[in-house]
Amino acid sequence: MTPDWLDLNLLWFFLIGVLLVGYAVLDGFDLGVGTLHLFAKNDLERRILMNSIGPVWDGNEVWLVTAGGALFAAFPKVYATAFSGFYLAFMLLLMALIFRAVALEFRSKQPWPWWRQMWDVVFSLGSSLAAFLFGVAVGNIIQGLPIGADGEYQGGFFELLSPYPLLVGVFNLSLFALHGAIYLEIKTEGELQQRVRRWLWWCYAVFVCLYLVTTVVTFAHVPHATANFRYFPWVWLVVALIVLAIANIPRAVYFGHPVQAFISSSLVIGGLIVLFGVALFPNLLISSIDPKFSLTAYNAASSQKTLGIMAIIAAIGMPLVLCYTTVIYYIFRGKVKLDKMSY
Amino acid sequence: MSFDAVTLSRLQFALTVAFHYIFVPLTIGLALIMVILEGLYLKTGLKVYENMARFWTRLFAATFAMGVASGIVMEFQFGTNWATYSRFVGDVFGSALAAEGIFAFFLESGFLAVLVFGWDRVSPRMHFFSTLMVCLGSIFSALWIIIANSWQQTPAGHQIVEFMGEKRAEIVDFWAVVFNPSSVNRITHTLLGAFILGAFFVMSVCGYYILKGRHLDGAKRSFTVALVIATIASLLQLASGHSSARQVAFTQPAKLAAFEGLFKTPEGGAPLYLFGHPDTATEEVKFGIAIPGMLSFLVHGNFTKPIDGLDKFKPEDRPPVALSFHAYHAMVAIGMFFIGLTLFASFLRWRGVLFEQRWLLWIFVFSILLAYAANHLGWVAAEVGRQPWVVYGLLRTSDSVSKSVSAAEVAASIAMFVIIYSLLFLVWLYVMGDKIRHGPAEDSEALGAPNHGLQPAVAVEIKNPPSQQEA
Repeated sequence: MTPDWLDLNLLWFFLIGVLLVGYAVLDGFDLGVGTLHLFAKNDLERRILMNSIGPVWDGNEVWLVTAGGALFAAFPKVYATAFSGFYLAFMLLLMALIFRAVALEFRSKQPWPWWRQMWDVVFSLGSSLAAFLFGVAVGNIIQGLPIGADGEYQGGFFELLSPYPLLVGVFNLSLFALHGAIYLEIKTEGELQQRVRRWLWWCYAVFVCLYLVTTVVTFAHVPHATANFRYFPWVWLVVALIVLAIANIPRAVYFGHPVQAFISSSLVIGGLIVLFGVALFPNLLISSIDPKFSLTAYNAASSQKTLGIMAIIAAIGMPLVLCYTTVIYYIFRGKVKLDKMSY
Repeated sequence: MSFDAVTLSRLQFALTVAFHYIFVPLTIGLALIMVILEGLYLKTGLKVYENMARFWTRLFAATFAMGVASGIVMEFQFGTNWATYSRFVGDVFGSALAAEGIFAFFLESGFLAVLVFGWDRVSPRMHFFSTLMVCLGSIFSALWIIIANSWQQTPAGHQIVEFMGEKRAEIVDFWAVVFNPSSVNRITHTLLGAFILGAFFVMSVCGYYILKGRHLDGAKRSFTVALVIATIASLLQLASGHSSARQVAFTQPAKLAAFEGLFKTPEGGAPLYLFGHPDTATEEVKFGIAIPGMLSFLVHGNFTKPIDGLDKFKPEDRPPVALSFHAYHAMVAIGMFFIGLTLFASFLRWRGVLFEQRWLLWIFVFSILLAYAANHLGWVAAEVGRQPWVVYGLLRTSDSVSKSVSAAEVAASIAMFVIIYSLLFLVWLYVMGDKIRHGPAEDSEALGAPNHGLQPAVAVEIKNPPSQQEA
């Protein structure tokens, strides 16, 4: 049975975070590529952009599906409250993800300009909307939601669209766009790479501005978000790491080390999710009505038995997942080359 | 019927899962055929197998993308529309769903990249391995989700516990959950159904090519592989269906009574209706032809042992009879037809005259629709027959919906799904049709060997073993 020192609830709080980091780092760049898609000049460039993520986007999205499944299994009450509470927002997100997925698949199947143009727009809007909505969701969760004594969300759709979540939404859009631009810096060459570089600087400038604004607003507007920092002083190391990683991006790009820049933007994403987790802990959903009603890693979790079984499943599954993710990225390393089977 | 949140959420679930299931069995079935064709390519070195495998891969990829896109909806919908259900079953059902993500989806989507984009990047052996992994991934995925669904049909290995003021199911014995009374039967039945559907899809496309005199060599070879699968799977499906129905008789008797239109518990043996229409008002099967005692024989091996009718269950515990009955009977009828069709075609193929029977090929061109009908009707029977329960005997469907979601919101999302899905379905049909019109590459014929014989011995061998450059 579970040893005493092992807090399974804490473990699953952490593992859900790991899945979210995996999702945001991986799908983050392909959503970002989607956001930048319409800036590409001609059909060939757009095909290169799509094919840069072609072999991997689907696997990246599996992190979201698995995070959803893990949340369902480990914290069913959180899964139920969040998904039903964000009903229309989730439907919008699903629409964005569906359209984006099929746009990738169908776009290059016909040569007609109107056909390709249409799917290009669908792909870009779908990707951007998804990135934005993830940010809005995070913003709402940090801010707290009207959750009643019965554990049900008591607001409506438009209450999810208050200024702070919208700010986090735009911030996330810029973060993913920057992450995507850095990925494209790795995958493209020649004239297209020159243009990608210009997008990258723009994204970087917008991102840094929004990062500062979001940080200030979070400290000023959502005091409970930083309350936990007192209990976990090591969090300041994460903050320092994020700042260093942000500073390293232009340096790495300038000196021609795009992979280093990509690792840096991945660290920024990972670091921000760590901060998100610390801000919430031990809550998963904070009730703005009464802190008593908040759903935590303890009062919203599955049984110890199930958390233990799931931990075993994760211990068997995750090494395999990391193994074939590495293999796939290794096989498709290097600059994008179009061939017969490409999009 | 009032259009409240429960009815609308059921409608939405039925709509989205039926749409999702257009793509799922096709990818499972096609993956198996792609593995076999690529295996034959590695074994024989015949280019035609590679061309056909590539061709099916293109159709597979377009279908897989639709499966992924519509699958995310399924994963999230338990939480969005069925929050009360999710709180009740999360401990048990969520685990199977998470296992599906970790064990199946990553495997499938990872190696799909190599399968679709890797032809020129990896060796043929590595490519074959990737195809095999995608095939296994799709089977694992079916496995876990059907374990989860079977637990809803025949719950086992759990206990009902009160946690934070709410009753819920918790796992007591994980392996009892996994091997609940119906999982093995239902996994087998579903997978065989998917293999049959994939095979009929291939035979439909290839039958069309043969009728039109196009891509003959590749079409005949693929057809033969698919026919072998369809014949074996159809025969096994009979055994699996029988085993499944027997188990339903013992574990979900109300469901079996609905399938068979057994309103009243008979004095002696229960009859088996070949067809008919169960009239709920008068509680009898009209216009039917029945074999007396046959149902009792199939279930108990005894023509006179009675079987519980619907009258043994309270009215509020009975499933809708007409829909269960017709869905079930139509599925069985199609299954029987497939056994006859595939056996007859296999006989003709063995005699070497199958591809001259144009009328039979035309039947194969359209039989894919029947394969789809059988797969979908099977699910309708399984899920409608479980009603009024969402978890059999434990939780009613009407008590399962999200309390914070209004009927208007569900109506809005249904409208959204109807519009998006109709649009995507048309695009998918169009793209599939276009790829089929375009057909596989033809370099085996370009090599100057119009080769319509089917014995590998007389076929033109490509002497140099397949290498990376060749593709």
